[in-house]
Amino acid sequence: MSEETTRYLVTLVVNGVVREAAVPARRLLSDFLRHDLGLTGTHVGCEHGVCGACTVLLDGEPVRSCLTFAVTVDGHEVTTVEGLAGDNELSPVQRAFTECHGLQCGFCTPGFLCAVTAFLRDNPAPTEEEALEAVSGNLCRCTGYQNIIKAVHRAAEIQAETQGRPEDRGGRA
Amino acid sequence: MKTETRTSLGVGASAPRPDGALKVAGAFAYASDLWLDGMLWGATLRSPHPSAWIRSIDVGPALALPGVFAVLTHEDVPGAKFYGLEHADQPVLAVDQVRYQGEPVAIVAADHPETARRAAAAVVVEYEVRAAVTDARRAALDPACPLVHPGGNVVRHQPVRAGSAGSGAEVVVTGEYEVGMQDQAFLGPEAGLAVPADDGGVDLYVATQWLHVDRDQIAPCLALPEDKVRLTLAGVGGAFGAREDLSMQIHASMLALRTGRPVKIVYGREESFFGHVHRHPAWMRYEHGATADGRLVYVKAEIVLDGGAYCSSSPAVVGNAASLGVGPYEVENVWIDAYAAYTNNPPCGAMRGFGAVQACYAYESQMDRLAAACGLSPVEIRVRNAVSQGSRLATGQVIDSPAPLAAMLGELAAMPLPGPPAYAPSGSRRQGGSGARARGMIGTREEPDPRRLPGGVGRTTRGEGVRRGVGYGVGIKNICFSEGFDDYSTARVRVELLGGEPHALVHTAAAEVGQGLVAVQAQIARTELGVDRVTVAPADTSVGSAGSSSASRQSYVTGGAVKAACEAVRRRLEALAAADPGLSLGELLDRYGPVEETREYRHRPTVPLDPVTGQGDSHTQLALCVHRAVVDVDVELGLVKVVELAAVQDVGRILNPLALEGQIHGGSAQGLGLALLEEIQMRDGRVLNPSFTDYLIPTILDMPPMRLSILENPDPNAPYGLRGAGEPPTLSSTPAVAAAVRAATGLALPRVPIRPEDIALAHTG
Repeated sequence: MSEETTRYLVTLVVNGVVREAAVPARRLLSDFLRHDLGLTGTHVGCEHGVCGACTVLLDGEPVRSCLTFAVTVDGHEVTTVEGLAGDNELSPVQRAFTECHGLQCGFCTPGFLCAVTAFLRDNPAPTEEEALEAVSGNLCRCTGYQNIIKAVHRAAEIQAETQGRPEDRGGRA
Repeated sequence: MKTETRTSLGVGASAPRPDGALKVAGAFAYASDLWLDGMLWGATLRSPHPSAWIRSIDVGPALALPGVFAVLTHEDVPGAKFYGLEHADQPVLAVDQVRYQGEPVAIVAADHPETARRAAAAVVVEYEVRAAVTDARRAALDPACPLVHPGGNVVRHQPVRAGSAGSGAEVVVTGEYEVGMQDQAFLGPEAGLAVPADDGGVDLYVATQWLHVDRDQIAPCLALPEDKVRLTLAGVGGAFGAREDLSMQIHASMLALRTGRPVKIVYGREESFFGHVHRHPAWMRYEHGATADGRLVYVKAEIVLDGGAYCSSSPAVVGNAASLGVGPYEVENVWIDAYAAYTNNPPCGAMRGFGAVQACYAYESQMDRLAAACGLSPVEIRVRNAVSQGSRLATGQVIDSPAPLAAMLGELAAMPLPGPPAYAPSGSRRQGGSGARARGMIGTREEPDPRRLPGGVGRTTRGEGVRRGVGYGVGIKNICFSEGFDDYSTARVRVELLGGEPHALVHTAAAEVGQGLVAVQAQIARTELGVDRVTVAPADTSVGSAGSSSASRQSYVTGGAVKAACEAVRRRLEALAAADPGLSLGELLDRYGPVEETREYRHRPTVPLDPVTGQGDSHTQLALCVHRAVVDVDVELGLVKVVELAAVQDVGRILNPLALEGQIHGGSAQGLGLALLEEIQMRDGRVLNPSFTDYLIPTILDMPPMRLSILENPDPNAPYGLRGAGEPPTLSSTPAVAAAVRAATGLALPRVPIRPEDIALAHTG
């Protein structure tokens, strides 16, 4: 391998599993997840924090993994789209996006799912404006957002219906 | 055989996407996610100049870098050095000259993407820069303009002549209009993985719109027979026309064949802006003549499309702009000249709406001017001139299926308007909460919710200077390929027992790019075969061509092919059942084994437009969409908030309601983007904004709630009576939004996207 040679051991809890890799200081969290750990569900759409496709949860909070160096989050917990589902079923947010046709090509979807998962955890019954604002940092080119906003509200409903079933809550590593 | 049981997720149901669960689980493999042990990464060196001779290329410094396996130039192209969708005029790698900024000059394979990028940057190219041709009007119309290609700068000139040129009109309105260069801006950048094969060929996994036409272009450049170039569709992160031309396909294949290793190429966002064609910018001059009561007497139009450096699909785009150049209106006398010209701007080609978008913006702007000149409402002027079934287009083609435009406009105009503006009425600001003020506010706050105002949370206004406007737009789009193209699709359908249950496998080469075709194929199989369990196989070139996922054509053509193959399977099953009465489908399959049929489906033929008169039945199907836009405009700052979009579209037959609505929403959003936000800004042939920071696509805060009415007036020529649906909403939302901004501001606004300064500077005089 011909890239820069000084490497740092980075240990993360990713989707509940301890993962580590030795990477250069400038390795982005998005590349760390995709290339070093093989978790390609996190997508890179713009490489500079605009589109939100790379959004993951860092200790439960949404961050742009394309703007985060892996070494800066050493020791922290990361949840990616691959970690949102329960053991045998999709999370309420994932179910809502499929039910409401909240995706077409689906490339932006992992970022939306992570952002909405954290949002509904903190605000389980959002108003229309709150829901719009919650996903206003994520770009989608296919859907015109109509079914995405329906999916946010539907996810809140599903979450409310399944409250008390912690395996359905999703999104927490 | 008992197949009368109706399946629950057949044609007409909101069947879920079969890829939906994978996509929300992060388990759907997009082209950028592909991975093979030992693979190399490719990178592309692109020209920094829009026009230059190449005096020398030195790959030595790049080859000397550790980790670099190959550095290739045009000298290494094994076969044909040029390719293209309609004309092979685009070099695989630049040969002695470059004609646009971003043109590929050299390619590199290395063991790490960063190494590959550094190596590409280490290639030394000596350029002799030339003056760039950047004005498409000059390129098309001025004989003294330097030539971009030796054969001349006009890619295509298509006249349309009907009736006699302009006389007898009591009202005449003229206008010059411009449309900026829009980008498809799909979210998943170009990517693919080329794997060298033992037989000397290559297996290519790629995100594309049309596998077979990719292969038709790749194989000659690799000097390989077609059967040694095998393509499989990798997950596609949106397309909208930008993947109809080749991007990295030949490059990755060349590198894989040279190194004997799999080679992956993934473009970044900036490279993506240089790596695909864009929507043609357009300059258009229109003259409409009408009677005093607003009935069209004649339309004259001159349309110049900037084709950029290479041909791509510009000829077909010109055909659309010309043949649909007056819109869905009845007018006897038409005089249109549509051109595409070569320039040293980026190559332009397919984008959703394909030539019809640009013309629609201009003719709809003209209809509003005509309405004002005649003292009619925007709806009334359109109703008075609306086409209907039996109407004759300017090309002489008669619309032979339902086209209820007047009724659609009536329905649109009758839809309720959104509530009053979110700002305080003038004069009542800073007073207690009246009923009118209370609307649109959060709780008991004194101020209007800024999120409902132009400028949003920037809090640029409390409502002062904000004006509301309402505008209408109408569009007509051809569905499927036109002008004599042999447009067909192929489907292979196999019914067999799997786990003791009847199961159907549908195999086509049709590209699922997000539009939901995989769901529709499965729905058709369920309906035609009465089988619940259906799998849609991955698309690849081991089955015949499906044509392109463009021109809103796949439900029609691949849908038709799947239906035909299913019908053939069903006839065989019925024959077996007749010989063995009383058996269920499962029992028949158990006794006789799998049943498989392959069918091609063609829509009815079309003819090229006459090159002199523009006459001819060039389209197989036409589709209509109408939009109403409501906007609030801060006329002092030039900021626009679209409050609502309403649309009425006739789709013939709804195959999947949820997926269809998603297409109309998404198409409307892209039209809104063209009206207000989206433009690749050029200066002297150079792109100024190749990033999502500077090229703006609508967010959820830019896109208002939509009100839809979807009509089903079947087209008897099409499978299930369906009408292609993906593109029409992209046409009509742009002029509707522009008209609404004009209504709010009183400005002419002859160019989209409408920039804040177009409003604010005009307002301040």
